[in-house]
Amino acid sequence: MSAPLAVRGVSAAYRSEPVLWDVSFTIPEGRLVGIVGPNGAGKTTLLKVAMGLLRPVAGSVEVFGDPVDRSRVGYVPQRSSVDWDFPTDARDVVEMGTYGRLGWLRRPGRRERRTAERCLDRVGMLDLADRQIGELSGGQQQRVFLARALAQDARLYLADEPFAGVDYVTERIVVDILRELRDEGRSVVVVHHDLATVADYFDTVVLLNRELVAVGPTAEVFTSENIARAYGGAARRAEELHRG
Amino acid sequence: MGDLLAALGDYTLRTVALGAAVLGLLGGALGTFAVLRRQSLLSDALSHATLPGVVLGFLVTGTTSGSGLMVGAAVTAALAAGLVLVVVQRTRLKQDAVLALVLSVFFGVGTVLLTYVATTGASGQSGLDRFVLGQAAGLVASDVRVMAVLTAVALAVVALLYKELKLVAFDPTFARAVGYPVRRLEALLTALLVVAIVVGIQTVGVVLIAALLITPAAAARQWTDRLAVMVVLAALLGAVSGAVGALLSATTTDLPTGPLIVLVATGIFLVSLPARALRTRLGARREVSARRAKGVGVR
Repeated sequence: MSAPLAVRGVSAAYRSEPVLWDVSFTIPEGRLVGIVGPNGAGKTTLLKVAMGLLRPVAGSVEVFGDPVDRSRVGYVPQRSSVDWDFPTDARDVVEMGTYGRLGWLRRPGRRERRTAERCLDRVGMLDLADRQIGELSGGQQQRVFLARALAQDARLYLADEPFAGVDYVTERIVVDILRELRDEGRSVVVVHHDLATVADYFDTVVLLNRELVAVGPTAEVFTSENIARAYGGAARRAEELHRG
Repeated sequence: MGDLLAALGDYTLRTVALGAAVLGLLGGALGTFAVLRRQSLLSDALSHATLPGVVLGFLVTGTTSGSGLMVGAAVTAALAAGLVLVVVQRTRLKQDAVLALVLSVFFGVGTVLLTYVATTGASGQSGLDRFVLGQAAGLVASDVRVMAVLTAVALAVVALLYKELKLVAFDPTFARAVGYPVRRLEALLTALLVVAIVVGIQTVGVVLIAALLITPAAAARQWTDRLAVMVVLAALLGAVSGAVGALLSATTTDLPTGPLIVLVATGIFLVSLPARALRTRLGARREVSARRAKGVGVR
């Protein structure tokens, strides 16, 4: 069985600006992984390369041994990536998670609707299913995106900053669900910026600053020395945060 | 208004009204996707870009009737769309700058060609200038048949690929992530937009047809929070704007059709504007009473 996520020698650039340099690591099954690093470290870029949304300059990413197929990946993009004034409701957005399975021309039916409602229920939002998405709070919008990924019923989940700017309730719900997914034997990879919660949330850490700084079990890898290497100039502050 | 209804008894006017209504139907439906994808300005640039194609089509075929002008219009509009795409990708210019650039260059070339044809006094060129501001009175039954067929095909494509187009319009990144060929679907939407423009330029004119794409969609958005309803409503509002504007133009004076259609559409939009605020207020009131009934506080 191939690893859920294998990043092999990935270098990436926007125009001629290099963002990632020769990054390699493998994520085993059933882990909750945090990708951690300072702003501009290439965390989101790495996720985009992994999703096949950005072509790397060199290297490749394999998902369950396949360099192209991403149908077994559940994707939670940044909340700011869409226009929330779009004329649709929460149930409809979550239902979009089933579109990949549905295939071309087939319309979502009662089954897809039930799936969407089950996933909304799981993130504690069933009572808001009919709400226009622009009328939801930021945390609720984030939960809608998570519910949409749940509707994809994937073996590997990639989430881009799911905790950015959300309320306490949402943060708890999201963490609990990510842990449940892990406990079901799925793999979850999360781009994360809050150093204070890394040790609590993730069992595996990828420390990144354009290059791979360290990868491994959180207890072994998330050390002040490694954090200092990842954060460079901001190291002292990072270290203080780490000590809490 | 009595005049307008009486006019429907007239065969020519019925043809004109029907043609403009069909056009509004297509414009409203496709305009919805253009508005939601923030491509309103693209549709304006593409419609201006049809002018050189129209004149070239005339120069090649030597007549203002027939499909030569439509083919020419489609070709230069497609060229403009490709140019926008390439320049945005290859340079650091922002899309709005590129759109303004493409719009003015193509429209400028079109105007030069139009003036050139007028000065040569080429036979059969009369009526070419109606493509600038539109003249529905010139519509004949065969025109309307072509418009109806193109509209039916375009609307069928939208209906068939509704789920895919919705996802691409809402969240193209996620659409790519689940394996949709997003570039091709976006190209398809742009191509359908060009069809709507080409179908409409004779009636509404290249200068104002973008308004027939954008205004009904903007009006429809005020009344609903559901995409499917918005598409249908925008199509209906577009059809009404088209028919009423064309009839006003054809019966009262020789006012150009495009501006009249646009004025009718804008009137509908203005009437629609308060609808959204009203809906929000009603929704909030319902919410409060529902929570009271359940005995839950407002969290």
